[in-house]
Amino acid sequence: MSEGSVRWQTATVIDIVVRTPRIKSFFLSLEHPFEFQAGQHVDIRLTAPDGYQAMRSYSIASAPDHGTSIELAVERLDDGEVSMFMHDVIVPGDEIEVRGPLGGHFIWSVTDGGPLLLLGGGSGVVPLVSMVRHLKAANLAGSTVPVLLLLSARTWDEALFRDELLEFNKEMSGFTFVLNLTREASARGQDFGRRIDAAMAADVVKRLPGPPVHVFVCGSNAFVNAAADSALAAGIPAETIRTERYGG
Amino acid sequence: MATTRGFTGRPRATDLSSRIPPGQHLEKDFPVLSAGPTPRIRIADWTFTLKVGPRPVKTWSWTEFNALPMTQMTRDIHCVTTWSKLDTVWEGVLVDDILKAASIEAPTPYVLAHSFDGYSTNVPMQDLAGKAMVALRFGGEPLDSDHGGPARLLVPHLYFWKSAKWLNGLQFTERDEAGFWELRGYHMYGDPWREQRYSGD
Repeated sequence: MSEGSVRWQTATVIDIVVRTPRIKSFFLSLEHPFEFQAGQHVDIRLTAPDGYQAMRSYSIASAPDHGTSIELAVERLDDGEVSMFMHDVIVPGDEIEVRGPLGGHFIWSVTDGGPLLLLGGGSGVVPLVSMVRHLKAANLAGSTVPVLLLLSARTWDEALFRDELLEFNKEMSGFTFVLNLTREASARGQDFGRRIDAAMAADVVKRLPGPPVHVFVCGSNAFVNAAADSALAAGIPAETIRTERYGG
Repeated sequence: MATTRGFTGRPRATDLSSRIPPGQHLEKDFPVLSAGPTPRIRIADWTFTLKVGPRPVKTWSWTEFNALPMTQMTRDIHCVTTWSKLDTVWEGVLVDDILKAASIEAPTPYVLAHSFDGYSTNVPMQDLAGKAMVALRFGGEPLDSDHGGPARLLVPHLYFWKSAKWLNGLQFTERDEAGFWELRGYHMYGDPWREQRYSGD
């Protein structure tokens, strides 16, 4: 995060894309475009006519290089005051307040190098996808870093950004995408179908050309605990593991 | 402030609004946030050290620390990620009682709290005196590791990142030194009522 105050600004919703049965992407055009790093988040603020305000943090899904708009992927939580509003009420053309970029820890740039291990659970894949999209842009400019993303989702249909990640897996050198479906079997042989454990972590680490130098884990608290503990049990030092927990 | 089209928010409990700082919402669960894996610290390995600058003044084992006077506090807590939780019940050792047990008075106005995982955060001594404790129990149970157990700092009137989890010591410093999140753009003080979330707020 840069020095000094990060200001609130107005952002206009320019597009809404249904990603999974419970997750929509919101593309926001920024009045004052900012530079950010993969893994950072923004706060959004909604204001009711009586002055009541609700604020939530959402990770940025777009690549840092994206320009004047950002993508946020928001899961609809049944009791979510803000996520329900975003899913059910917001339409393109609406304006919301945005503040960012925020967060100076859960960040990665291609210059930080690798190998990089990304472990995402559910919508926790959002900041990790920003990193992979960043890598894709860097790939085009000639840099390669070995990156493996393990995405844990309940079902094939709930795997956020699945098709894009499958595509990247085919066309990006150095990038490996592994899917872990906890409630149904995957069609792909290299995928898993159970809760993340030390054996799974050790298995994916072996698919990288060397031990991961940076590990990013994001998801629900239960997922992050299981994934981070699995990474530790697979011999990855604690200080290389950064976590971000969703929920609450 | 521009009104957001179509947003009314949840029905508000006005009797509680005086207890919820601006930008915060009420949370019934207890969300977990941390920068890395959850450290699992064995009681046998637990120590707490009071330092003045680089110099350790006193170190307690778990048994010794638990022999210090215990105090119970019921407080509202406020996380910078916008949740607030009311009437949380804690038990632990007041920072005042720790200093008393070490037979020292605060030698500087600044304190850095240190944790087993390398985390640190700064809190002025005047925000610890009479207000803060090293908490060992939450809701009548030993503090679990997700929430910073065996022991965490509790500074309930500041944003909760100041209440360092997995605490292993307090250090008096000559100057107000930024800790982990403060170095990464968060506010040096963190008053929820003034919405001091990020540097410059």
